[in-house]
Amino acid sequence: MMVLALEIGWGWMLAFKALVILMIVPLGALILGYTFLLKMMSHMQSRLGPMDPGGFHGWFQLVGDGLKFLQKEDIIPEDADRRVFAFAPVVVVISTFLIFVVIPVGPVAIVANLDVGVFYALAVSSLSVIGVLMAGWSSANKFALMGALRAAGQLIAYELPLLLAVVGVVMQAGTMSLQGIVLSQQNGSIFGWSGIGNPFIFTQIIGFLLFMIAAQAELSQTPFDMPVAESELVAGYMVEYSGFRFLFFFIGEFGTATAFAALAATLFLGGWSLPGVHGLNAELLGPLVLFVKLMGVAFLMFWVRFTYPRLREDQLQAFAWKFLIPIALANIIITAIIKVAF
Amino acid sequence: MSSIEQPSGPANSTPDFEVAPGLQRHLADARVNVELDTGDMIINLGPQHPATHGTLRLVVRLDGERVIAADPVIGYMHRGYEKLSEFRTYPQITTLINRIDWLSSFANEVPFVHAAEQLMEIEAPPRAEYIRTTLTELSRIATFLLFLGEMGLQVGALTPAFYGFRDREHVLNLIESATGGRFHPNFNRIGGLKDDLPWGWIAETRNVMKIVLDACDVFEDLVLGNEIFQARTRSVGIIPGELGAAYGVSGSNLRASGVDWDLRRDGAPYLAYPELDFEVFTHPDGDSYARYWVRLQETRESARMVLQLLDKMPSGPIMAKVARIIKVPAGEAWVETENPLGQMGYYVVSKGGTGPFRVKIRSASFSNVSILPWMLRGVYVPDVVTILASLYFILGDIDR
Repeated sequence: MMVLALEIGWGWMLAFKALVILMIVPLGALILGYTFLLKMMSHMQSRLGPMDPGGFHGWFQLVGDGLKFLQKEDIIPEDADRRVFAFAPVVVVISTFLIFVVIPVGPVAIVANLDVGVFYALAVSSLSVIGVLMAGWSSANKFALMGALRAAGQLIAYELPLLLAVVGVVMQAGTMSLQGIVLSQQNGSIFGWSGIGNPFIFTQIIGFLLFMIAAQAELSQTPFDMPVAESELVAGYMVEYSGFRFLFFFIGEFGTATAFAALAATLFLGGWSLPGVHGLNAELLGPLVLFVKLMGVAFLMFWVRFTYPRLREDQLQAFAWKFLIPIALANIIITAIIKVAF
Repeated sequence: MSSIEQPSGPANSTPDFEVAPGLQRHLADARVNVELDTGDMIINLGPQHPATHGTLRLVVRLDGERVIAADPVIGYMHRGYEKLSEFRTYPQITTLINRIDWLSSFANEVPFVHAAEQLMEIEAPPRAEYIRTTLTELSRIATFLLFLGEMGLQVGALTPAFYGFRDREHVLNLIESATGGRFHPNFNRIGGLKDDLPWGWIAETRNVMKIVLDACDVFEDLVLGNEIFQARTRSVGIIPGELGAAYGVSGSNLRASGVDWDLRRDGAPYLAYPELDFEVFTHPDGDSYARYWVRLQETRESARMVLQLLDKMPSGPIMAKVARIIKVPAGEAWVETENPLGQMGYYVVSKGGTGPFRVKIRSASFSNVSILPWMLRGVYVPDVVTILASLYFILGDIDR
């Protein structure tokens, strides 16, 4: 199975992996931003969205926007804590980069097959809140501060359901390694029928819904976009950011959306595996399969984002603690009973 | 870093080490707040803030996310229309008052023109009154369709806003084809109207009213029926009926508090309303949800009224016999009408001549906003936005 590893030295391999990860985040942000933010939202709202840039349905729009951001003056407010202000967007983007390290796109195509892959991915994804808090605090702006504190408060609400939702999957797969979870879905069977393996979305449908809801809060998307809240806090923690620092936040936002869609596809939809495809074919088709599944999940996330109004911060807390967490715990107990009984 | 000389004296408490100029302000703050103050924070919502759609400024004192006190500051857009009116002739003034409530300009013109007609003791022909009524109701529909969408935007849903703008466009096209202006028709003349309706307008209006009724159903399903929307608006920003009336709140805002009062039905008869069969909607709750519900029903009712008006539309002239140069005899007149935003009135004092001596404008939003300090006490910051959106004011209508 050592198809891609070949005989290149570990140094080159590491450089190659790092380059791929560095490519994936902005590329994922671009694809999701264009497909969903620009085109899908426009068509939901009975308008066309960008049509001219690039010739075909405005595909170049986001690239052009990115180039425009790079040309902008780098503005740092006078009262801002300059070093923290400058570093905050980097922290947000780094946390996005780190998630992709453990997501497998083929039988061997994974940067680091950690034994605690799920745990690691969810842990590093929370790092972005530190960046948000840094941004809000250092901006010396009351709106930014309120947005950052809301983001920190939100962390308490969604982090627990997010972890608990995954526990069911981990119990069923018997491993925390993402590669192991994919393999156990590929090799599983539904009541003895192993035609399509056993994607955990069938047995863990509650876990999947909980994960999607909590991920929506993690990504601060509607209905949980209180930290940015355009109509109240204008743009929350990023109100003072412009130019390429804002671009970092944008890449972070949509890159994390890509990462979470990939994570959900890996945990619940079988990741890179496609029924009946094994060996070298799986290695080559894997990234494409994962991408299709990822886009399906992302479609759900953005559909909700463009449809619902925004909850209030206290309503999110009540929703998380009185509704999501009890259901997640019940889901774990039921999974455990079934796991032991059968 | 800096070589600025620190003034040194016995009474001066500045530290004797060098301080960067950028930090001196912080030091001054630190001296004032000896301890780190975890108390209130004063935040300015506006004059540049999306929730205040215009230039309303709210000075809000916050404890965390909770509002302790809020103080609306108005006047950033004051244009002095009452004073300007004293130096204009009557036909010129309608151009100005178009810009008071810029979303329903046509409805603004009607009470002023009526006041002038009252003083001159003339009456517009029935067809003119019917067309005026139709256009007033159309501007009410246009205003409310925008509200129905924008309220969704203010509580965080982006999509309804676009639907609101899309559906309003049909109505604006009607107003444009009849009057020549989308927003500022300036169509009323003293004693009648500038023009008759264009050919085919009535059939087109019937079609658009179907679109409007469908749009109302869509908003009822998508926005009013949404659980999160209900969670955000129910029991948020309650106005008790009597208190609202005492503050001068009027229109849909007051009817949402259970006060059954509509000038189209209860006021001095004006336009063609006495001949129409329509219902006045009230809601007992008085919260933001009730205000949305009442406006939704009133949009529907207005569409039905327009259909009635089109059926009953009389034929005949559209202009009474009026001298070329309008001179209004001395006297005083007070005319109030039910505008989309509430009660609007003009008190016109004439001493004879081509222009009024004094005009007092009673605009709805000014009084509606005056209840804000009472309403905003103790609510959360997101609810401030909900309440502002549900009161539905237009800045031009506040500042005049």
